[in-house]
Amino acid sequence: MATHAGGLTATRTVRVRSLSRGFGDRTVLNGLDLEIGEGEFVALLGRSGSGKSTLLRALAGLDRDVAGSGQIEVPQNSSVVFQDARLLPWQRILDNVTLGLRGPEAPQRGRAALAEVGLAGRERAWPNELSGGEQQRVALARALVSEPELLLADEPFGALDALTRLRMHHLLRELCTRHRPAVLLVTHDVDEAVTLADRVLLIDEGRIRVDLTIDLPAPRSHRQPQFLAYRESLLQSLGVYQTEG
Amino acid sequence: MTASVLSRPRPAVATPTAAKPRRRLGPGRAIPFGAAIGPVGLLTLWAVGSAAGWLDPRTLSAPWTVVTTAGDLIANGRLQDNLAVSAQRAGLGLAFGTVIGTVLALASGLSRWGEAILDGPIQIKRAIPAVALIPLLILWLGIGEEMKVLTITLGVLVPVYIHTHNGLRTIDSRYVELGESLRLPPGTFLRRIVLPGALPGFLLGMRFAVVGAWLSLVVVEQINSTSGIGYMMDLARQYGQTDVIIVGLVLYGLLGLISDGAVRLVQRKALSWRRTLAD
Ligand SMILES: Nc1ncnc2c1ncn2[C@@H]1O[C@H](COP(=O)(O)OP(=O)(O)OP(=O)(O)O)[C@@H](O)[C@H]1O
Ligand SMILES: [Mg+2]
Repeated sequence: MATHAGGLTATRTVRVRSLSRGFGDRTVLNGLDLEIGEGEFVALLGRSGSGKSTLLRALAGLDRDVAGSGQIEVPQNSSVVFQDARLLPWQRILDNVTLGLRGPEAPQRGRAALAEVGLAGRERAWPNELSGGEQQRVALARALVSEPELLLADEPFGALDALTRLRMHHLLRELCTRHRPAVLLVTHDVDEAVTLADRVLLIDEGRIRVDLTIDLPAPRSHRQPQFLAYRESLLQSLGVYQTEG
Repeated sequence: MTASVLSRPRPAVATPTAAKPRRRLGPGRAIPFGAAIGPVGLLTLWAVGSAAGWLDPRTLSAPWTVVTTAGDLIANGRLQDNLAVSAQRAGLGLAFGTVIGTVLALASGLSRWGEAILDGPIQIKRAIPAVALIPLLILWLGIGEEMKVLTITLGVLVPVYIHTHNGLRTIDSRYVELGESLRLPPGTFLRRIVLPGALPGFLLGMRFAVVGAWLSLVVVEQINSTSGIGYMMDLARQYGQTDVIIVGLVLYGLLGLISDGAVRLVQRKALSWRRTLAD
């Protein structure tokens, strides 16, 4: 199922055609189409229960037991960052980072990845000795150490406090500029989406309802008028301003 | 959202009371040599009781009598000989039981078919005490060493299986998902997620197993035996030698304590990543 897009479609990293998924008689994804370009940063918004995680898990190949149909083309080499850091508590930090690597140069690459997320020197610590933000940085290092073509992240900063979150945004953007993976970032947070993404998608009733390209110069901030315009329009689409009745 | 987190409203007036330390819910700091306090207390009661004449030496010999008897038994070599025989039986049974219990737990924890085939019989074995199986084992194997080692093996196998299996089954499914997302080959998955995840369960099983090995030993050595600590005690019973019986009991107790302590030491080393209520 997971075939590498090649030849004419080389600039496309992810390609999804009429994807359907359901639980019991409840349809969650209903003929969804999606394409993500090479190195493109895509944020996925949607109401709670709209199927964001379902889509991401389908792309990650983690939904074997879920009923559905459709075609998915994703690169072999893709990584997942979960909402919880999901570090193995019985492995030291470095071993957690190199879990998916093989070969003699694995520790070296792991150390480099840890240094990139600002955790050099903590290689021999246990996961429960790290703060929540540090643990999530380790998870990020683990995802990026294999140089993935696609990074799938399901609300990776959801459990972090506001300040740590801003730092993580900074770090993620930096890492993505360096490694250029295509990214699908699931988030609840409209600001996060507009700050980070090249394109923001909005999922509703099992399909992509809004596909908004964010065209903003590099240091994005709330002070840019266009930033606010994008934000307003996305909030509108999410139905935040709708009143009862 | 960001703003509201940063400007959380504060109580209007800060009450200037001194910070009271929170009541701790865990058991608190470890007491130095805490494990020795209970046994030493018991020993003191025994010694005082014997010295004051409350305890009839025919019922319970005084501690010093037991010590001299132990000295005699060591001097004439009976203690060492019997201990060596007993230790060999327990050791063999423990080794076989641990290996078999672990292999069975892996087979039944990692495959549905394994569980369907193995789990039932082992649960049934669990419900049958070792003593009840001995008549059958004697008929099959005679009263030799095989029967004794097999009885101990069966006694060890069950706790090792139960706890390792439980450890395997309770590995968080999120870690399994992580392994799948990283496309870990089965060998790596087993080595880095399954086995370490099941280790706490296995070691708990081992704690029951080492004590169980000595317990089974008592049973097999007091039936149709001509050597071992149990035999030595049974002989002493026939001659009314309370002191020898107590030497045997103390020895059993010490062996159980030492082996349990050894497993706990391994536990502490191997599970140093864990922070629990007891730390
Ligand atoms: N394993 C499951 N079994 C049954 N129903 C499920 C399962 N997983 C998800 N669902 C249902 O599918 C729908 C979509 O779930 P999903 O987790 O994709 O939502 P989401 O968009 O990620 O929501 P949130 O933003 O709250 O994480 C929900 O209604 C949920 O109840
Ligand atoms: Mg979700």
